[in-house]
Amino acid sequence: MRPGAANIVQFENVGLRYGSGVETLSDVSFSLAAGAFYFLTGPSGAGKSSLLRLIYLAQRPSRGLIRMFGEDVVTLPRARIPGFRRRIGTVFQDFRLIPHLSAYENIALPLRVNGVAEADIDTPVREMLEWVGLSGRAYARPATLSGGEQQRVAIARAVIGRPEILVADEPTGNVDPEMAGRLLYLFEALNKLGTTILVATHDLHLIPRVHHAQTIRLDAGRLVGPSGAPSTQLPAHAHPGSAG
Amino acid sequence: MALFGRGSGNWLTSAAGRRLLPEGWLSGPMPWVIAIMMFLMVLAAAAGLALGFAARGLDSHMSSQITIQIVDADQVRRDAAADRIVTATAGLPGIASVRRIGDREIAELLRPWLGAGLAENDLPVPAMIDVAFLPGSTDGFAATETAVRAISPRARIDSHAQWLAPLAGLIASLRWLAGVLVLLMAAAAAFTVVLAARAALDTHQTTIEVMHHLGSSDAQIAQLFQRRIATDALFGGLVGLLLASFVIFTVGDRIARVGSDLIGSVELPLAAWGLLALLPLAGTLLAMVAARLTIVMALRRRL
Repeated sequence: MRPGAANIVQFENVGLRYGSGVETLSDVSFSLAAGAFYFLTGPSGAGKSSLLRLIYLAQRPSRGLIRMFGEDVVTLPRARIPGFRRRIGTVFQDFRLIPHLSAYENIALPLRVNGVAEADIDTPVREMLEWVGLSGRAYARPATLSGGEQQRVAIARAVIGRPEILVADEPTGNVDPEMAGRLLYLFEALNKLGTTILVATHDLHLIPRVHHAQTIRLDAGRLVGPSGAPSTQLPAHAHPGSAG
Repeated sequence: MALFGRGSGNWLTSAAGRRLLPEGWLSGPMPWVIAIMMFLMVLAAAAGLALGFAARGLDSHMSSQITIQIVDADQVRRDAAADRIVTATAGLPGIASVRRIGDREIAELLRPWLGAGLAENDLPVPAMIDVAFLPGSTDGFAATETAVRAISPRARIDSHAQWLAPLAGLIASLRWLAGVLVLLMAAAAAFTVVLAARAALDTHQTTIEVMHHLGSSDAQIAQLFQRRIATDALFGGLVGLLLASFVIFTVGDRIARVGSDLIGSVELPLAAWGLLALLPLAGTLLAMVAARLTIVMALRRRL
């Protein structure tokens, strides 16, 4: 965490239970500093995706407190949620591109949702296409793009609105190692512009490639401390690169 | 205006917004279902309006006319009484006109039942006097009755209301029925829109989820669908109106050929046509409201 940086996300004793089942997340407490880079790791079923769903406001917790951008989002009125979501960029594991729209249209969507005038859309979308190396595929539909290309379109769509935090769920899960490296490079470039990055991955080889990244480990719905022992709370000032 | 969304929704009605829902224009059965509903609704509304205008004419006729019959076998005495009644009633307040129906006219009226040559035989025929009251006259009938009784106590006074009342009651009932049918059709059309909106929500689940995650408000998403549904409803409404107008013109032509005064009084003035022409627009507005409510309520169940 960068010294003195404000927390953009704060979890306090958060629990999440789907229906009447067991808790998917239990007593999760941590905070994310603005402008920092985090990896969220853990085995399959550890609760990574559930935790991300709480952050990108697809789900409310069963208990506990979540603050984002300085406000309590657990009790946030539903009408205010769209405004918060526009400050969060999300890269889904399954991309969730709209299949009947071109790469260009998919990337332009957040700007249009945000009310940007049509005349001001073309330039940033083309810059973004160039940034992710897809200038030549602007009008291709998702079905005609490779997995890596779709992933890059999804990333471009997530960041074009300059979100304050980018949440990516297994963004390298469908791409080869070379493409994974390129995607991480994109995330680092965005992070340098001040966006907080949270990347959920079970690929531990990625972590050392971002030298200033911090790691949050989940196991069976609980945070795991740096020593590997279960911990209910990640130290607020974890050392950069600390992996559980 | 809340119905058309708020703030940054303009692009939703642009080509870019239309591409979010990829179906072609007028896809699915909804426009045709709306056309059938509108066809029936316009026919029911036209019937209701025509009966309304007919009833209005009937009301004024019923409340403003009586017929006085003087039955006396002695023709001289009968004619004298009739003349005195005409003179007495003509000067009363609230009277618009008094007219004695001539013997030739009566003979003509009775000819289908009694045959020609009525004037040549001895069959006594009553003297008849039509009295018309001024519109809004309240005491004309009572004053006329008093004057008639003073001259000829056995004279019979027939208020047209007596025999037109059952017909007026029937017309009133039919008008109510037409109104109820219009409301039922409108309700059925609204439910059709609700079903279509729900089906559209299911079909475009992925798009809606993505839009939500990108920060779209419920109003923005609803606007996408209500625009499509409004287009379908307007098309269906206009088709229904055109078909119904054709039927109304055809039936009207047939009615005119019947040549009956009573049936002929059932007509549609220009103002009624104006009201009928508004029905597709009202239907479109109803469809937009129904679609918006359905979609917003469905979206509210999600986070």
